[in-house]
Amino acid sequence: MHGLINRSIERFLKDTYGAQVWQTVATAAQVPACGFEAMLRYDDALTLAMLDQAAKRLAKPRAVLLDDLGAFLVTLEPLRRLLRFGGVDYPDFLLSLEELPARARMALPELELPQLLLSSVDQGRYALLVRGAVPGWGAVVTGLLRAMADDYGALALIELRPAEGGQDLVCVDLLEARFASGRRFDLAMPQVPT
Amino acid sequence: MNMIADHRHGINPGLGLAALGRLMPMFLWVGAGGEIRAIGPTLAKLCGGEAGLRAQPLAAHFTITSAQCFVAPGDLRELPGKRLHLALRNAPATVLRGLAVAVGDAGEQGVLLNLSFGVGIAEAVRRHAMTDADFAATDLAMELLYLQEAKAAVMGELHALNTRLESARRAAEAQAMSDPLTGLANRRALEAELERAAAAAMRGGSFFSLAHLDLDHFKEVNDQLGHAAGDFVLASVADCVRRNLRRGDSVARVGGDEFVLLLHDLVDPVKLDSLFRRLIARLEEPMPFEGALCRISASIGVVMSTSYAAPEPRRMLVDADAALYEAKHQGRGRCIVVTPIADVPTGSGESMAKD
Repeated sequence: MHGLINRSIERFLKDTYGAQVWQTVATAAQVPACGFEAMLRYDDALTLAMLDQAAKRLAKPRAVLLDDLGAFLVTLEPLRRLLRFGGVDYPDFLLSLEELPARARMALPELELPQLLLSSVDQGRYALLVRGAVPGWGAVVTGLLRAMADDYGALALIELRPAEGGQDLVCVDLLEARFASGRRFDLAMPQVPT
Repeated sequence: MNMIADHRHGINPGLGLAALGRLMPMFLWVGAGGEIRAIGPTLAKLCGGEAGLRAQPLAAHFTITSAQCFVAPGDLRELPGKRLHLALRNAPATVLRGLAVAVGDAGEQGVLLNLSFGVGIAEAVRRHAMTDADFAATDLAMELLYLQEAKAAVMGELHALNTRLESARRAAEAQAMSDPLTGLANRRALEAELERAAAAAMRGGSFFSLAHLDLDHFKEVNDQLGHAAGDFVLASVADCVRRNLRRGDSVARVGGDEFVLLLHDLVDPVKLDSLFRRLIARLEEPMPFEGALCRISASIGVVMSTSYAAPEPRRMLVDADAALYEAKHQGRGRCIVVTPIADVPTGSGESMAKD
């Protein structure tokens, strides 16, 4: 697994549950002593072990933990901004999801994200098929889509359904694309005060 | 579709200016007289709104430059088919690039320009508060902006990684090159330094002395007062040697109670002799440790790079060691500076002629 993903999980656990929980999880899963490096690759088994340890320590099903992780990712401003480049409104954003892995590869060629296939079931209803190399991506995407709906100010019901062959189906029922004002997004990157 | 027919009819007759603006939000139609006839919505926004632009002279709002030709103000005949750069008069930092085509037969309807931002797109987006809707659906502007932010994030991570790796590398290097007890350089570091000094001396212009120092009566301190006292003595010796040498000199602990000193640009046997006698006298001062007094001395053998036609590190170390052995043999607590026979200084009774 790419270090960037492992580091996101590390940050999620640290920021949400505290350094002590992270330390327990990291020790139990045999994570390198100084944590993950974003630009290195790690064995997939290490990521899965870390998730299992976190689920056990927090007494939460792994899917719930991953759903929370998806929502957490949207709180990271650089990542939220990159996602917001997907579209001017939520339906537009949903349509851009199929391009997400290719966009990510544009920036980091070795970053492997799950394949995303969107189909429009009905007016305002979408089904997103999530096909990842490791299980669990569906839950992450579910949490992420829910948080992005809030970000866009859209009112949507989003739920995860298991699909065939270990794939996940994320169903999006878009009730109102512009329910609330949503969060601000300027195309121009915020300037770091010097 | 017939290209000739299109050409005769000027801008495709079925295409209104509003539709043209949607396809090319940064188009600019300039009449044959150099006046702005129509302008795309995004370009109008950059110029502060469409209202004040229509029928105004082009030159009042834009400066045209082209890498391919000199463009005289008001002369549009040169423009078609050429790559152009346009700067906004109200925001000169915003430079647009594009292409002009003639409108109507022989351009009697003027020229149509389609413009876009070049690499300065991110600054332009900030300067003009542009949004997604300002760009044509086919424009790769969004991808470019996306890529720029993604790249900045990746570079930030890489930079952080490099910083961590660099400090880890430095720490590992320092650890590999130093003696943990005294903080002095270790044998490996000394050998590297000696190689450098010898190579520089070979090239000419620089010279150095090499001293091998061995403590006397250290074993007694260790045996009678314990290892803690021994360690204390070693650390104190390191301190004392460092204080009595110059900043650029090197001191290494190369064994239990053995030290090697490298002194740059100092090959005067008399000065070396008095320097090391003084050092030995300092080391002989009793060192109080936990109620007891540790008493040691030191024997030193010194060689100079100028004694050799080609100073060779291994040979110099062997010779310094031999001089040290001789100093021990002569009764300890003394220093022997090896000098070539011709250079034996008078009055330096402890200097040993080198054969």
